[in-house]
Amino acid sequence: MAEYILEMNGITKEFPGVKALDNVNLKVKKGEIHALCGENGAGKSTLMKVLSGVYPHGTYTGEILFNGEVCQFKDIKQSESLGIVIIHQELALIPNLSIAENIFLGNERARTGIINWPETFIQTERLLKKVGLRESPQTLIRNISVGKQQLVEIAKALSKEVKLLILDEPTSALNEVESENLLNLILEFKKQGITSIVISHKLNEIMKISDSITILRDGKTIETLDVKKDDVTEDRIIRGMVGRDLIHRYPDHTPHIGETILEIKDWTVCNPNNPDQKVVDHVNITVKRGEIVGIAGLMGAGRTEMAMSIFGRSYGKHIEGQIIKDSKPINIKSVQDAILHGFAYVTEDRKNFGLNLITSIKENMTLANLKGISNNTVIDESREILSVEDLRKKLRIKSSNILQLAGNLSGGNQQKVLLSKWVFTEPDILILDEPTRGIDVGAKYEIYTIIQQLADQGKAIILISSELPEILGMADRIYTMNKGKITGEILKEEATQEILMKYMTKVG
Amino acid sequence: MFIALIFIMVLFQIITDGILLRPLNITNLVMQNSYVLILAIGMVLIIIAGHIDLSVGSVVAFVGAISAVLSINMHLPTYLVFLIALAVGAVIGAWQGFWVAYVKIPAFIVTLAGMLIFRGLTMLILKGESLAPFPKSYQLVSSGFIPDIFKGDSINLFTIIVGLVCTIIYVLVEINGRKKVKKYNLETTSIGIFAAKIVLIACLINLFSYILATYEGIPYILVILVVLILAYSFVMKRTTMGRKVYAIGGNANAASLSGIKTPHVTFWIFVNMGVLAALTGLVVAARLNAATPKAGTNFELDAIAACFIGGASAYGGIGTVGGAIVGALVMGVMNNGMSILGLGIDWQQTIKGFVLLLAVAFDVYNKNKAV
Repeated sequence: MAEYILEMNGITKEFPGVKALDNVNLKVKKGEIHALCGENGAGKSTLMKVLSGVYPHGTYTGEILFNGEVCQFKDIKQSESLGIVIIHQELALIPNLSIAENIFLGNERARTGIINWPETFIQTERLLKKVGLRESPQTLIRNISVGKQQLVEIAKALSKEVKLLILDEPTSALNEVESENLLNLILEFKKQGITSIVISHKLNEIMKISDSITILRDGKTIETLDVKKDDVTEDRIIRGMVGRDLIHRYPDHTPHIGETILEIKDWTVCNPNNPDQKVVDHVNITVKRGEIVGIAGLMGAGRTEMAMSIFGRSYGKHIEGQIIKDSKPINIKSVQDAILHGFAYVTEDRKNFGLNLITSIKENMTLANLKGISNNTVIDESREILSVEDLRKKLRIKSSNILQLAGNLSGGNQQKVLLSKWVFTEPDILILDEPTRGIDVGAKYEIYTIIQQLADQGKAIILISSELPEILGMADRIYTMNKGKITGEILKEEATQEILMKYMTKVG
Repeated sequence: MFIALIFIMVLFQIITDGILLRPLNITNLVMQNSYVLILAIGMVLIIIAGHIDLSVGSVVAFVGAISAVLSINMHLPTYLVFLIALAVGAVIGAWQGFWVAYVKIPAFIVTLAGMLIFRGLTMLILKGESLAPFPKSYQLVSSGFIPDIFKGDSINLFTIIVGLVCTIIYVLVEINGRKKVKKYNLETTSIGIFAAKIVLIACLINLFSYILATYEGIPYILVILVVLILAYSFVMKRTTMGRKVYAIGGNANAASLSGIKTPHVTFWIFVNMGVLAALTGLVVAARLNAATPKAGTNFELDAIAACFIGGASAYGGIGTVGGAIVGALVMGVMNNGMSILGLGIDWQQTIKGFVLLLAVAFDVYNKNKAV
């Protein structure tokens, strides 16, 4: 069995009330890139936490063999000492410390407690070269983009002399260029003999780089596919993940488009930290009733900044330009103004800017429209419960009841709660910022269906997304943005990934 | 935490040879510790919103001093003194609220400054000495009782009847609440536990009213306390204002993006705290029948401890008025019990500190177990 670097046999892990892993088997060959696929809640992260020692030996049953030897990890340090390094979806970096300090955190180049800084910087520079990151080792993490932070995490893994690298959703926060970069890096590592396990929802990427694919569903191993030998298609993987045929990734939709409801004219916004920098630069867009308008762009293009500045000046300084709704210019000075004028904004960062994780689904859903459930500031509990239950059913939110805390829901359900909150304000214009980020295929389809239903009700939808297939599948018309400017306007019929990418990288 | 309160009461009842629950003592307990209860109500709103107010003790002293000057030196009628005092509290709250909500200076620093400023001003106004005595009408708020309109002989019939009426209202409200919850198919506790809880609380209410009745009846201050508790519980649980406070504390960014005017809400909870601190100042001065430069020392710590013992979270977004009251009662019973035992302030403080730590640790442990 020398060909397998890792064997996980019969792993079962239970939590009170739920079997997260049920007799799972995973065999990873030495030097291969092995993908782990599954819907949210399938058990992928749990399995990796068992492997890395986050869930120590004794809290699960089954055996782990690394290079043929039985492992009983008590904590992460033990697994790391064997060369098993896991990079989580939520990057574990300290924003106010430098790249060098982060890379060697807990693993400092020090003797008797005193850090050798010259040595630290030299080794850091060497590692940064290996991952292709051109930054000074003293740059603070908070001053570099998410894509670069990801590379720092990988450099950190390399510093631990990694033999088995586990990446959890590595490209979820990256744009196309950075994703391409990262995938190539993983292929580079393969050449150097490092084995990788990649957990990802991005099936096109997995198909590009993986040698084997293991599919999990509901805590069980469904099958392991060999990319070279088996007939592997995205549809086959989806079928394994979801357990049913998903004929189309995006629901069929006949648009019913009405007149123009919104015009943004000459919209300009400056960076609050650097008032000379125009983050949004003389943007002009129009949106019609019943239309889904996509906004495509690389990270840093200014899409979220544009959306948030329109939505009650929630971002930016020296905001100029006109907002014209139903042919009348309007002045939106606060979020409350925006809501009153029929705008809704579903944030891309649902945990930090969208939901209150320590309160119930019910309280989250009604927060943006307290007037709708109260009489003269006194809350009408019956009305609230009826409204929330109605939304829960419409959006098919899976939870035992509406008093469940939002923080205990899966990513997909959290996103649905956030969406419900804004649907409850009965907006005319819905701005959706990365509405399916970090969500599994099944839940994505449900959210796409909901978005199309909202459009059919006559609402105008602005869809900001970094997933080109999503924009191509959903939008009727697409604007591309680059460096704060609108660089193109393309109709659905004429749009392809290549054309979009061309405009997304166009300058001026 | 309610269980902890019962436990502490039973404990002290035993240690003090039964003195704790004597009518005279219970009445005194309520009146001496009213300050913690009033301050805790205001403080819990601040803590839920994610802030803190360290100045309340100094504000208590400051307002007490001002009211003394107005009442004793300038002979203003008592009702006017009260109104001016509450207004002063509101202005102080607005001042601190302005810095926290609009200039965005951390509440810890603004109210720490307030603690120093208002203590200093108190000493200036009083020129370092106590100012006493207050006119009779002023003292009523702290030491007066509702007269027995039913003119009972050895017991205050009015009090007993009030107790019975309260019990009936309580039972009706609870039954109505349960009916509503069932209507929407939400989870309810078993009928057995529900009935047991109602019976227990009904007994407590009547026991309490009986104890009061055998002394002097219902103190005015108790009326004020009950009104405050009911009003604030209602606001926090059942109004949009309450929702906004919890929303800001739970996730300020999400609250702002949901259309909640976070600075406004923050501003008003500090104004509220100022008013309640002023009320406490009046009550305390009336009880001591004097305004002293050292009044209110460490009151903020008692109020903050009460909130955390009552289940508030240091991170904001979690806490209840009811919990703060239970926490305040825990502090109050400890204060009272230890005084009966003749323990000095030094011991009292040490023990209170440990109880605070253990009570919150117990709470955190329970929460983690449930997860």
